[in-house]
Amino acid sequence: MSREGYVNAALVAALIGVPLWAHLAGEPFTITLATRAVIFALAAVGLNLALGLGGMVSFGHAVFFGLGGYAMGILAHHAQNFLPLYDGLFLIEGTKSMPVIWLVAITVSALAALLIGLLSLRTSGVYFIMITLAFGQMFYYFTISWSAYGGEDGLSIWVRNGFPGLNTLDPIQFYALCFTLLCAALWLTHRIARSPFGLMLNATRQVPHRVETVGLDGQRAKLVVFVISGAITGLAGALFADLNRFVSPTMFSWHMSGEIMIFVILGGVARLFGPVAGAVLFVAMEHVLGDLSDYWHIYLGALLLGIVLFARGGVVGLLAGRAKSHD
Amino acid sequence: MSLLTLEGVTASYGASQALFGMDLTLSEGEAVAMMGRNGMGKTTTVRAICRMLPAQGRLVFDGHDLTRLASHRTAQLGIGLVPEGRRCFRDLTVEENLVVAARRGHWDLSRVAGLFPRLAERRGQRASTLSGGEQQMLAIGRALMTNPRLLILDEATEGLAPLIRAEIWEAIARLKTETGLSLLVIDKSLKELKGVADRAVLVARGQVAWAGAMDALDAETSARHVGV
Repeated sequence: MSREGYVNAALVAALIGVPLWAHLAGEPFTITLATRAVIFALAAVGLNLALGLGGMVSFGHAVFFGLGGYAMGILAHHAQNFLPLYDGLFLIEGTKSMPVIWLVAITVSALAALLIGLLSLRTSGVYFIMITLAFGQMFYYFTISWSAYGGEDGLSIWVRNGFPGLNTLDPIQFYALCFTLLCAALWLTHRIARSPFGLMLNATRQVPHRVETVGLDGQRAKLVVFVISGAITGLAGALFADLNRFVSPTMFSWHMSGEIMIFVILGGVARLFGPVAGAVLFVAMEHVLGDLSDYWHIYLGALLLGIVLFARGGVVGLLAGRAKSHD
Repeated sequence: MSLLTLEGVTASYGASQALFGMDLTLSEGEAVAMMGRNGMGKTTTVRAICRMLPAQGRLVFDGHDLTRLASHRTAQLGIGLVPEGRRCFRDLTVEENLVVAARRGHWDLSRVAGLFPRLAERRGQRASTLSGGEQQMLAIGRALMTNPRLLILDEATEGLAPLIRAEIWEAIARLKTETGLSLLVIDKSLKELKGVADRAVLVARGQVAWAGAMDALDAETSARHVGV
């Protein structure tokens, strides 16, 4: 096993061991913290597909995170109030079923990613960053003015949604659900990266226009991975909303996009477990340093600066030693 | 019937026109040398054929109007390009560089390895760690993996050591004699081109200045239009 393999295995062991210990020790808050880290990691795994594999610096992934959150919020809101979502030609009701909510969150986020990707992938570099940021802000301001679903105040859900056979109100069971989904997303990322499609994306990222001379449609490949990326981040949004039982426009804000990007850069761009390491570190810093000072972001900024300047492979790259050429 | 036909092709880089009515025909199994001084429109012609640059006029490959196609579709139709400057995918290994371009047909990993044994020895090595000559071989191998009907080599031996140049010219000659692949070779090495090409097209100021059989190209004509 490579050094990176050991680092990844240690991360997985920690993500299994710590919540299990907390469960046995009766520390539900630690489990909630771990759940938060795992959900952030899932969102960042989504971004890492676009950023690490596709080379697309998306500064608007909060759109998908927010859409996932609002998919959950709206469906659960209608279910808890017994109000139909639509009762025109046919009837659509809300739901408290997590699998249905996830499906809706993934579909809505993927469709939004398709639309945003079609428009923004015509550009590159700083223009791509600006367009994705603009989309994020559009959704942010739209939800602020969307009074039907709480507007600026957001939307509260009274009881966490259900999953067949599980008690999702039990922190460890909800954590297990989130962790399983993170593992599935990591497996999918691994499969994509190793597939001919992943090779094509890698080649497209390196020499965007030259891939076409060997018959590859690099733009289409980037769009496909952008859609998958958006769908994964959307799923994370739905879980995050369920964790907090609350959704608000801040899920769409550029701060959220920035945080998801920080998870990826902190952990290691294009590293399979980079986003996981980044999210875990972020949540740990937020908890430990946040207790010491309200200005804990200063320390986060200093760490990020150090990573960018001295360890471009992120924390995983630093521990694994062997640099990836596109860190 | 000609495989590739260019008639009155014009192309520009913004306000600067580079091709002023380029004509070219190339038949199946034929090797054509395209020569000319720097900046005369050779690479622009290649870019127009491969749809990397918008061009006007008649561009037809195997009955397909190239002007309507996206760049990647030209490769799918069977136009393989070995671009000037190699442009290998630096972070991919030799094998990955080849596999990523692979399309079904005669050329596969083992046949490319047969043509360039050095690539087989370095199959797990990243392209960025190869020498210039090996990168050139990789660029040719990658283009062959698309199983083209026409292979365009744009300055494939430029800036390489004499021994490597000889190796590459030998491979190009083998492509012609052993596989009957159609070739459009852009180069300035008259001596080597004479051993490979059936016909020559000399380009000057964005159009054809001279065209004829390779054997009919004398030193004086070559010196006038190519400078060698």
